[in-house]
Amino acid sequence: MTEEARLEIEQVTVSYNGHAALQDVSFQVPHGAQVAVVGANGAGKSTLFKALVGLLPVRSGRILIHGLPWGSHRDCVAYVPQREDVEWRFPVTVEDVVMMGRYLRLGWLKRPSQQDRTAVANCLEQMGIASLAKRSIGNLSGGQQQRAFLARALAQEPHILLMDEPFTGVDIATQEATLELLAQLKTQQVTIMISTHDLNLAARHFDLVLLLHRRVVAFGIPSEVLTTQALSEAFGGQVLVLENGAVVVDECCNTAEEV
Amino acid sequence: MFQWLIDPLFYPFMQRSLLVSLMVGILCAVIGCYVVLRGMAFMGDALAHAILPGVAIAYLLHGNLLLGGLIAAVIVALGIGFFSRQGELKEDTAIGILFAAALALGIALISTIRTYATDLTHILFGNILGVSQGDLWLTAGLGGGVLVTIFLCYKELLVISFDPVLAATLRLPVELLRNLLLILLALTVVISLKTVGVGLVAAMLVTPGATAYLITRRLPAMMAVAAAIGAFSGLAGMYLSFYANIASGAAIVLTASSIFLLVFFLAPQRGALWQFIRRGKYAR
Repeated sequence: MTEEARLEIEQVTVSYNGHAALQDVSFQVPHGAQVAVVGANGAGKSTLFKALVGLLPVRSGRILIHGLPWGSHRDCVAYVPQREDVEWRFPVTVEDVVMMGRYLRLGWLKRPSQQDRTAVANCLEQMGIASLAKRSIGNLSGGQQQRAFLARALAQEPHILLMDEPFTGVDIATQEATLELLAQLKTQQVTIMISTHDLNLAARHFDLVLLLHRRVVAFGIPSEVLTTQALSEAFGGQVLVLENGAVVVDECCNTAEEV
Repeated sequence: MFQWLIDPLFYPFMQRSLLVSLMVGILCAVIGCYVVLRGMAFMGDALAHAILPGVAIAYLLHGNLLLGGLIAAVIVALGIGFFSRQGELKEDTAIGILFAAALALGIALISTIRTYATDLTHILFGNILGVSQGDLWLTAGLGGGVLVTIFLCYKELLVISFDPVLAATLRLPVELLRNLLLILLALTVVISLKTVGVGLVAAMLVTPGATAYLITRRLPAMMAVAAAIGAFSGLAGMYLSFYANIASGAAIVLTASSIFLLVFFLAPQRGALWQFIRRGKYAR
C-alpha cells in the first residue's frame, strides 16, 4: 500500500523580481516526513517556502496539500521566517507573539479565551521560554527570539511546518531545543520542511533531503542524495572534494555567526 | 484657586473647542500608534495636505468641507498605493509627488477665492474657535467610529503591522486591512482639520505615539498612554491658547512636543539622561 502524499509540488515555477527563482520543481513529501532543504545561497530555498505559504505567486505548476489545491485549507501550514524578516522593535511581549499563532482559530472580532491562554503557556513551556513570557520580543537574544517564533508555530497546531534557516546564527541551546521539537513533532505526524546550510545536520536528523539549485538537483533519503556529484552540482565552486572522499562545502563567509 | 481653569468654560465657544480638541487629541494619538510603528509619518503628512483640493472644491461649491476633504484623502491614499505598486517608484517618492501636486492644486483653487488669505490660514492651521455644535457631533460620531474599528480589528491590524508574513500565512486580507488603515487615517486627518489644521496634524499623529513608545512595552499600553498625552495636549493647548493668546493648533502641538522632550530625556531605562548616567557608571 502506498502512503498518501501529503504535500505534492508539481512542476512549479516561481519568479522573483522578474527572474525565475525556481524552475520546474516537482517532488512529493509523504505524510509526517521531515525534509531538509539544502542548497547554496540564492538556490531558491526561501522562495520555495514563500511559494508554499502563498507569499509568492506560483507562475506555473501546482501545489497540492492533502491532495487539494493550495488555498483549500486555512489552518494547516505554519511558517517560521528567517529572523531578519521581522520588525523586532515592535511593542509586543513574547506571550503576545505566541498568541498571534492562535488568531486564525479565533477568527474576526473574537478575544483570546482561557483555552487559548493555556495553549500559549504550554507552547512557551515546551520551548523552554515560559519565564520570558512577559518580556519584550526585542529584548531577547537571537536564539530566544527564534524559540518564541517556534512556540508561535506550535500554537498554530499546523499539519505542515516550514522553517527557514532555524539553525543559522543561533546558540547551541536553541539548536538543541529545535531538534528536540523536531523529534517530538515526528511522533505527532507533523510534516516538516527545514532549510539549512548544515549538511551534517541534514544527513543525521532528517528522513529526506531536497538538494535545490533553482531546480531539484536530487531528492530522497540522505545517503542517496548527498553524493559528491550532486553536491558539486548544487554548490558549484564552493565544494572541495578531499582525497579520502570527504566533501567540504565552504559557506563560512555567507552566514553571520551570532550567539 | 482653580478659577483660571473654570473661567474659560463660561464661553460656549471655549466649551466646544475644549471638547473637540480633547476628542481629536485622543483619536490622533491612538491611530498615531500605528503611524509610528508602521513608519507612516510621511504618509500622514501627505494625506493631510492632500485634503486641501477636496476642501477647496467643496468650499467653492458650498458643499460639506469634511466630505470634500475625505474624498480627496481617499483618492490620494489609493493613488499612492497604485503608483508604488507598479514597482517603478518607491512609496516615499510616490507620496512626495502626489502630496505636492495635491497641495498645489488646493492652493490654486483657493487662490481663486477673494478672501484667499484668511480661508487658507484656517485650513492650514485650524480654526478651532469656529467649531459649531454640528461639527462637535460630527467629530464625536466619526472619531468614535474610527476608534471602534481600531478596537474591533485590533488583532488583525497588530499582525499586519508586526509580521506581514504571518498575516499572509494566516490568510488575512492584508491589502484590504492596509487600505482600511489608510482610510481610518484619512478620516482622522479630516476630523482634525478644524482643530490643528493641515499643517500640524502630522505632529498630533506622531508625537503622542512616539512619546508613549518610549515608556511602554505593549501596544494596548502604548495606545492608552498616547491617548492620555493626546488628551492632555488638547486641553492644555487650548488653555495656553486662551491665556497666552496664541494660535490653538500651534499651542496644542507645542504642548505635545514638550511632553515628548521631557520623556525623551527623563524616561526611566530608555531616556537619554538615564543612559548618560549608566554610561558614566561603566566608565568609572
